[in-house]
Amino acid sequence: MTKPMDQILWQEIEPGGVITEPGNASCYHTGAWRSQKPEYNPNLCIKCWRCYIMCPESAISPNYDTNEFVWNYDYCKGCGICAYECPAKAIEMQED
Amino acid sequence: MASVANGVSMMEKKMAETEKKKVIKPLKNFPMEEYINSGHRACQGCAEVLAVRHVLKAIGPDMVMAMATGCMEIISSPYPYTSWNVPWIHVAFENAAAVASGVESGLKALRRKKRVPDKDVTILAMGGDGGTTDIGFQALSGMMERGHKIIYVCVDNEAYMNTGIQRSSSTPFGATTTTSPAGKVAPAGQMTWKKDMTAIAAAHGIPYTATACPTFFNDLQKKILKAKEVQGPSYIHILSVCPTGWRVPPQKAIEYGQLAVDTGVFPLYEVENGIWKLNRKPKELKPVSEYFKGQGRYRHLDEKLTAEIQEKITARWNRLVELSGADKES
Amino acid sequence: MGQKVGIEVSIAAADAVGLCDVDVVAAYPITPQTHVVEHLAELCASGHLDAEFVPVESEHSAMSVCCGSAAVGARTFTATSAQGLALMSEIVFIASSMRLPMVMFLANRALSAPLSIWNDHSDTMMVRDCGWIQVFCKNGQEVYDAIFHAFRVAEDKRVSMPVMINVDGFGLTHVIEPIEFWTKEMVKEYLPPFEPLYTLHPDKVVTMGAFGMPEIFTEAKKALDVAMWNSAPVVVEAWNEMAKLTGRQYMPVETYKADGAETLILAMGSICETASIAVDRFREAGKKVGLVNLRLWRPLPKDELRKALSGAKDVVVLDRALTPGGANSPLTAEIRSLMYGETARPNIYNMVAGLGGRDVTPEDITTMLEKALADQHKGYYIYGVRG
Ligand SMILES: Cc1ncc(C[n+]2csc(CCOP(=O)(O)OP(=O)(O)O)c2C)c(N)n1
Ligand code: SF4
Ligand SMILES: [Mg+2]
Repeated sequence: MTKPMDQILWQEIEPGGVITEPGNASCYHTGAWRSQKPEYNPNLCIKCWRCYIMCPESAISPNYDTNEFVWNYDYCKGCGICAYECPAKAIEMQED
Repeated sequence: MASVANGVSMMEKKMAETEKKKVIKPLKNFPMEEYINSGHRACQGCAEVLAVRHVLKAIGPDMVMAMATGCMEIISSPYPYTSWNVPWIHVAFENAAAVASGVESGLKALRRKKRVPDKDVTILAMGGDGGTTDIGFQALSGMMERGHKIIYVCVDNEAYMNTGIQRSSSTPFGATTTTSPAGKVAPAGQMTWKKDMTAIAAAHGIPYTATACPTFFNDLQKKILKAKEVQGPSYIHILSVCPTGWRVPPQKAIEYGQLAVDTGVFPLYEVENGIWKLNRKPKELKPVSEYFKGQGRYRHLDEKLTAEIQEKITARWNRLVELSGADKES
Repeated sequence: MGQKVGIEVSIAAADAVGLCDVDVVAAYPITPQTHVVEHLAELCASGHLDAEFVPVESEHSAMSVCCGSAAVGARTFTATSAQGLALMSEIVFIASSMRLPMVMFLANRALSAPLSIWNDHSDTMMVRDCGWIQVFCKNGQEVYDAIFHAFRVAEDKRVSMPVMINVDGFGLTHVIEPIEFWTKEMVKEYLPPFEPLYTLHPDKVVTMGAFGMPEIFTEAKKALDVAMWNSAPVVVEAWNEMAKLTGRQYMPVETYKADGAETLILAMGSICETASIAVDRFREAGKKVGLVNLRLWRPLPKDELRKALSGAKDVVVLDRALTPGGANSPLTAEIRSLMYGETARPNIYNMVAGLGGRDVTPEDITTMLEKALADQHKGYYIYGVRG
């Protein structure tokens, strides 16, 4: 796991500041930015994928076992796109 | 017996059908892999990062990406963190096209000399509208003219957002930014018309040029796949709604993309080997005022200015329809 | 051993680049660098060199292309001059901080205005702090040899940094000199294939060019500074290896008739050839004058310089660049600050000469030295200026 930037010694910086661990920024949880939270009603959901496709955070994923979409609240910033775009009104934004 | 059996099977079939409708079916033509990870720091509702997400999905893992300074670079790479799951390089603001030219040339030479694996690697260069239509214009023109096999994507949020919403040559007439404020002397805010970068790219005679918008994700995916296949440079200009800079509610980022296309403000078209083609032709264009409504950057526009813009948009649309021969289609 | 031929220095340098089997050349024409890239273009077009020649639309793009190609692990070369260097300078600083090995042939030329195509060192001094390894050459053979040396040092895993070879415009780039060529076998023995620390390739995903918050920026710069200092022994090692192969021994600081000298002339580049003539004349006249030729400008060979200078009473620095409004001009500033803490500290005089192609003869050097010693000027003096 990468150290926080204010603890890294100069000796620990890869030559040229190369980062060798792809996608490691996901240790940063943008969910903390959220003031509103999408609440999902699987019964209303028509499984059209629109929320998944339009999520700028890639915070929504399908769960084929439960047949539901799942929100990763570590990353969901609460922008409200999923709720606004849902054609079945299966998602509602609520105070977090 | 037969009829009963038949009846049951009919019922079962019906039930199965309703069930089927509500089962999550794997998505076609839209890969599940993410190449820009969650944890990036784009604003809420940023459709620019959504555009990036869509573009990368279409290309897939076998790529190298060169990115210009700007929002997408800053939100994704505070050392020692990276949001990128693909090989990625950032050098400066105005040179993504040139850096990509170097990547492409280097890999070409090394592959020929058998010093890298013999596999096709797509080279993607990406910059904002500032990094593309202004300061990176020359490097991009050079890249296209020299014929490098690179997909150049401009993510156009119509201003320099990273530095705090300053105008670019891609800011549309009538939009306010911090350096094109509306006032007595400049009633429209931005008093110049948006540079037609797509047409300029097409004028380089490159094999493939297109406009796109993540709202129309299928169209975007198709265009990136086409760009990937052409032998030579391609240019994709993507309208990327920026809630912060446009002063629109974040949840409406997708809707404004729709309105931009449906009003003819941002037509979806492509130029393939010199042939212009409209990809979406609404029966009737919506009035531009519908697109302006609710956008803080256009709030100051009065009827006269709106009419002036409408006139220009209609004229441009008609020209595009003519160019693409869409007026002759039945 | 290779053949000795009379050849224009630029052409020889380009031939050396070709012998190094470079992968990517990206450059934009500017006098007096043009002959180098023209010849490389020819080598590529004729099939003598299997490289991508990228005829960029500007120097800014030249350096940017170089960054891209070095980042994928391609052996990379560019050449430029003055205005071209100024235009690409933004990226020059980035190349080193990203530790991207490449070689630049810099045909030293004055920076405008007034526009001048002729030689001085204002261009290279503008990027003094760019974090590149910077060497100077005083004759054609040195330029030719420097190409092989530069690639070897730049690409060495212990270094992984760009190298700039300073070659005085016209006075050195355009002259025909006898140069002993290397054979392919010699190059093969001297220059191993480029194996970069990191490359951009989907087989191993890395991120290059992340930005630095205040929490990390100082550490990043410290790392670069240390890397620069650590390159010094590799630079010397590569020169020593070259000596085994060619018999020509280069050193970071070279002296000429400096033993027991009371007065030393210190300079960089081709002016050292001229200065050596002046030194000969002084010596003939019984005056204890010697020459210190600083070949390695960055990283500065501090110990070698101190050693070379501390025995003298006076040092006259010949500076081919001006720092308008400054305490003294760049090379002198460096030498003065280096020697400041020394107990045996010579007087250091600053003569600015040879700007924008103004000829500097052995007589000029004699006059400058005499004037410096007579005036004992503490600041700087622009030699030969009318009015
Ligand atoms: C040479 C140079 N000039 C100016 C800047 C400052 N700068 C950084 S990003 C940026 C604006 C980026 O705008 P755009 O390309 O539209 O991308 P966006 O942030 O809107 O996505 C500017 C002006 C810079 N980094 N380098
Ligand atoms: S300013 Fe705009 S483009 Fe930039 S991250 Fe925020 S929403 Fe996205
Ligand atoms: Mg922008």
